[in-house]
Amino acid sequence: MEKKHILLGLTDDEFDLVKEKLGREPNDLELAMYSVMWSEHCSYKSSRIHLGRLPSESPRVLVGPGENAGVIDVGDNIAIAIRIESHNHPSAVEPYQGAATGAGGIIRDIFTMGARPIALMDPLFTGFPEKPHNAYLLDGIVKGISGYGNSVGVPTVGGNLVFDACYNQNPLVNVFCLGILPKDRLVLGRASGVGNLVVLLGSSTGRDGIGGVSILASAAFGDEEGADGNASQSASKRPSVQVGDPYEEKRLIEASLALLDAHLVVAIQDLGGAGLACATSELAARGRVAMDVYLSEIPLREADMTPPEIMTSESQERMLAIVKPDDFESVQKICQKLEVQASVIGRIVPDNADCLSQLRILSESGGKVLADMPAATLADEAPKYNRKITPPQPLGELQDLISPTSRSADNHSTDSRHSHEINGNDAVLKLLFDPSFVYEQYDHQLFTNTICGPGEADAAVLKLSTPDIAFTGKALALSSDANPNYCAINPRLGTAITVAESALNVACTGAEPIGLVNCLNFGNPEHGEVMWQLSESIDGMSEACKQLDIPVVGGNVSLYNASEGKDILPTPVVAVVGLIENIDKQPPVIGLTPGETLILLGTTEQNLCGSAAARLYENSSPSPHACTLPHLDMNFHKRLIGFITELVGSQIGGSKNILKELPGVAGDLVTHIHDVSFGGIALALCEMAIKSQCGAEITGINTTADLFSESPSRVIVCTKFPEILTALAERHGIPAQIIGSTGGKKLQINNLLDLDVSDISYKSRMYLPTYLEVTDRE
Amino acid sequence: MDPIIKIVTFPGTNCEYDVLKQLNFLGADAELIWHQESDLGSCSGIVLPGGFAHGDYLRPGAIARFSPIMEQVIKFAESGGPVIGICNGFQVLTECGLLPGALSKNDRMRFICKTVSCVVKTSGSVLTSAAVAGQTLHLPINHGEGNYVCDEETLKYLRENNLAVLTYTEDVNGSVEQIAGISNKAGNVVGLMPHPERATDPLLGSTDGQVLLRSFIEASK
Repeated sequence: MEKKHILLGLTDDEFDLVKEKLGREPNDLELAMYSVMWSEHCSYKSSRIHLGRLPSESPRVLVGPGENAGVIDVGDNIAIAIRIESHNHPSAVEPYQGAATGAGGIIRDIFTMGARPIALMDPLFTGFPEKPHNAYLLDGIVKGISGYGNSVGVPTVGGNLVFDACYNQNPLVNVFCLGILPKDRLVLGRASGVGNLVVLLGSSTGRDGIGGVSILASAAFGDEEGADGNASQSASKRPSVQVGDPYEEKRLIEASLALLDAHLVVAIQDLGGAGLACATSELAARGRVAMDVYLSEIPLREADMTPPEIMTSESQERMLAIVKPDDFESVQKICQKLEVQASVIGRIVPDNADCLSQLRILSESGGKVLADMPAATLADEAPKYNRKITPPQPLGELQDLISPTSRSADNHSTDSRHSHEINGNDAVLKLLFDPSFVYEQYDHQLFTNTICGPGEADAAVLKLSTPDIAFTGKALALSSDANPNYCAINPRLGTAITVAESALNVACTGAEPIGLVNCLNFGNPEHGEVMWQLSESIDGMSEACKQLDIPVVGGNVSLYNASEGKDILPTPVVAVVGLIENIDKQPPVIGLTPGETLILLGTTEQNLCGSAAARLYENSSPSPHACTLPHLDMNFHKRLIGFITELVGSQIGGSKNILKELPGVAGDLVTHIHDVSFGGIALALCEMAIKSQCGAEITGINTTADLFSESPSRVIVCTKFPEILTALAERHGIPAQIIGSTGGKKLQINNLLDLDVSDISYKSRMYLPTYLEVTDRE
Repeated sequence: MDPIIKIVTFPGTNCEYDVLKQLNFLGADAELIWHQESDLGSCSGIVLPGGFAHGDYLRPGAIARFSPIMEQVIKFAESGGPVIGICNGFQVLTECGLLPGALSKNDRMRFICKTVSCVVKTSGSVLTSAAVAGQTLHLPINHGEGNYVCDEETLKYLRENNLAVLTYTEDVNGSVEQIAGISNKAGNVVGLMPHPERATDPLLGSTDGQVLLRSFIEASK
């Protein structure tokens, strides 16, 4: 029989390290707790040494990485809390519950900080829905987010949907949550005060989700061969998936915020991955106090659960609070009103002589000691691996990320291998799909904050307001972004371009980017080339964030993502939050108004490397340095963001500085705006045309490479005042080119593209229902 | 103390603050009342807001109707007081028998959140008195179970008394005769699936919900 620690996911070396930390052999309960706490998912043991390279400071940052969520000051004694997480493997095994509990977990991370959760975003990556299994996964994931998110009362205001065969058996389900808090309600997960009570709030503890972090999230995934290999593997892992109850969570949100408002808790921590093992050890370790936990006091769903099961269960909708004994009666009163269970399951106790913040698990108060470990050895002292990094061979010519010279297509090797093969109409029809089928299943309007909902603009725009914080004219813009094609070819530059795009997206709604969280979805860290991707990606993110002054306030790493024995394309996801200081009208949205002029801001590099259009004509996945990605001039990009933020910001209510330069403009300078990214100018224009059911005639785009290039730092603007806007842009150092005019019912781009707007609308709208509605009939 | 509008809150309700905010925005006095209360206090009108009362477990509204406050809501309605149920509130009103029929799952079995066109069919209710029959309103819907169903007899009763106060201009969820909202015969109790409070603030786009909330505020004076 295999050794116990191996079955639990610990290596022989890790087991030896446990013995060294304890000075003895661990018993079964202790071993179970170490195995979950030292899992990749909880300990970040493969990524931690790299994550420190990310910049995490700015004058606005109140809480950086390492806590349950990052917290950023937005003025007027108000702060926002943001975090993003993955729930990839649970969703592969059980899509509905996997996605639902992903939303539940991230929401708890936010209200743990004292913030009311007010928005979710869901970046999703699956295989193409033409394959029935992918359609089943995607449909289940969407229904899980809809079923949980809508009911728990947190609107889903944005996200992404990306298809690639590399996600066939391993969909990526990332969930971002934003909360708002009065600064004085900010709490940290640090236990204190000898004699204080450890109170478990919410759901009873059951057998669901045992070993979720170690068995599911931190092991090689999807590499079993055979026709039904994955199906049987999935079925066997299904008990490791948690089951969500959004109604319990809704009451838990209200109870936790009420307790915090009444100053009845010293510290609070949510229970997620690794359950009580994680929450107790982290609270004790961060607060440097000793804690006793009494198993007999933990409400159970099944009477015969073993101590390891109780301590590692990932039953959802639970919180752990530290409460002064005198306050417990008041805590109970609030919890009873809101129908939330509150049980005293332990105490903060005097520490031992060595002050090791001893965590002891007892059968009952005064009962037998079943486990006795220094809390920090669980929470903080997992081994950190500097895993082998294998750069791809041959390395090829690496690009400089930041170039002091201005962008010029002929300075860089271009990739137009495919341009002669691409048929414009055909490529557009293959790439274009309307995600409204997905987001119309999500409540995206709750709290009456949503100024721009999903699909309306380049970023979601929300009033900065909650039931207990009045709107004062400020708004937040949110965008989540990823570019796996680019990151596969050059993870460093690809990730930098992803950050750049996300920042530009929020700028297009008039917001200044103020913070970023990331979810790093990669393959197996034991593969040197995956570690190379991860390390490069972190460097690219770090450089881009430093250049753009955007602090990284939190993140999540999901490793071991693979399908059919192959690692996924490197998929770092970033979510950028922007702040609009003053808003009194809606920002310009994606669309076209007839009789106006279209202007391209920024310059196109005629380079199809890594583009979605080129990918259509390739048989294999993009590989490292297969071609040279378009260049990113960060100085220019920063200038563009500044210009767009001011241009749009002044129009919707901000300082009118930029408009002072423009006597005689009656009405809005920018009628519509859209960034150029996936699918290049072609898809950007299609999306604008479809939104308004209005055509355009484009004369300023002359080549297929121009049309489908995804080179960064470009936006398309629809305006009544082309001369004024062009002159203004050029005065700010932004190249501006009139590319065509709007009107009619056709989108015509020289001899490159000729499409009926109604036709592409219909086809793009039908794409998802064609494959997803089938599953309803199964 | 002047009588004010009460917004009933069950555990799982989530639109209570939105209704409160928009009623205040339109100049009305309103406050929340917890479902365990058995006294309405000084009350001029009642809103049962949207959300998922008791998690919508068993069936939307099925458990909520047994909350202590509901006895008072029924008494208030029966004495002619203005009561509106929005979305989940509409489901509660049909479950407790103040309105006929039921709300079943959307015919395509999916939750729908989007803005749809509705037509006001009559101004003879506390929700539509300030509107004009035939007026088109763009209102957000947000529900998984908004498919209005009823038996033939009830449908005949609704038709004869002109009680379908609001209908969709196209089929959105399978509702019989595209019904979006109905009232009782007296017109003082109205349930509707669209959310007028989500179409009140000009910054959020449509303000077409204002006319409905204003009607209700007027009736609650």
